[in-house]
Amino acid sequence: MDEDRPIFLQIAEQIENDIISGALPEETQVPSTNELAAFLRINPATAGKGVNLLVDAGILYKRRGIGMFVAPGARERLVAARRERFRDQFVAPLLAEAAKLGIPASQLADMIRTDQKETPR
Amino acid sequence: MTTVATVTGLTKRYGPVTAVDDVSFRIEENRIYGLLGRNGAGKTTLMSLLTGQEFASDGRIEVFGASPVEHAGVLERISFIRESQRYPEDFQVRHVLRSAPWFFSRWDEDYAARLVEAFRLPVKRRIKKLSRGQLSAVGVVVGLASRAPLTFFDEPYLGLDAVARQLFYDELLSDVAERPRTVVLSTHLIDEVSKLLEHVLVIDQGRIIVDSDAEELRGSATTVAGARSAVDAFVAGREVLHRDGLGGLATATVGRLGEEERAAARAAGLELAPVSLQQLIVRLTNTSEKEFQLS
Repeated sequence: MDEDRPIFLQIAEQIENDIISGALPEETQVPSTNELAAFLRINPATAGKGVNLLVDAGILYKRRGIGMFVAPGARERLVAARRERFRDQFVAPLLAEAAKLGIPASQLADMIRTDQKETPR
Repeated sequence: MTTVATVTGLTKRYGPVTAVDDVSFRIEENRIYGLLGRNGAGKTTLMSLLTGQEFASDGRIEVFGASPVEHAGVLERISFIRESQRYPEDFQVRHVLRSAPWFFSRWDEDYAARLVEAFRLPVKRRIKKLSRGQLSAVGVVVGLASRAPLTFFDEPYLGLDAVARQLFYDELLSDVAERPRTVVLSTHLIDEVSKLLEHVLVIDQGRIIVDSDAEELRGSATTVAGARSAVDAFVAGREVLHRDGLGGLATATVGRLGEEERAAARAAGLELAPVSLQQLIVRLTNTSEKEFQLS
């Protein structure tokens, strides 16, 4: 975990990542705050804050007395939100670093194409 | 939110020495507090005052709505694990465990037995013959199994090895999650416990200098490093907690930076590094980090 960002944000992101990757499919139960706290060795209140962030956003929902579940459509919404941020988060810094090193855009595009071929998915 | 303890203008003097100096704060229910500070900062004195083992020179303490001093109704809800607890001569570990329910109405014998096994404590050995780590483990077992609504651990890990410390942290988290209660932990090993804490109190020379949510403290300081001229230009007009330099390079620790400020720093060729809770407290209490880790 990063030192300089609130832990509860990192907890929320970690759960989001699991939903996006499919490790936590829709309608499955997510670990309880106490389980998260014990597993990650963090304060239970902090874990609860992270989970509640996702409940407020409608990504998770509570079933009374049972626990927390991944909401239907959660994955799609998370992917859409991440795509919107992708340009700012990843493309902009990539271009900035390339400009700093004098790598022209065409060469950058070539690198991406070659890399894509080498890492089949 | 329920307040468990309220401290107002609390002062404790020992002759010419003021160990606790006009301190005011509150302890809220079902949270884990870290009471952090250097040796001699006043941590143990403050805990002794809160548990009615010392008389205040001035100010007020209210624990569960009353003064803790000689108040049985308050004291039976408090467990205070001292760094150097004294036991009657010839007491064995099992005698400590057997007498614990006299003091703690919520004592859980089965849980204590599980902990004794986990910490591999020899129950028939005399307390006097225990190693420092085993003595600390006795305190940890009593503190956890007493399940007091307000539990104080004063440097509970002395002599405990890394495995036993991790066991303590894991047990503390899981048991407090299952049976919520308030815990105040004084410690030097700040990095080790920082993620367990919900609230942080820092005491320095008898005064509380930080009283803050642990999450808010995270990221409340950043170290910028780079060419001296760039660092100087960036920190101009900011409060600098710490500054260091070597030749043309410099580092400076400043307060919380927003996204734009971080971007500006990077654009100026500066490296940004987070400041851990331990580093932050070292900066605030003006002591060397080495001294902190060794003490």
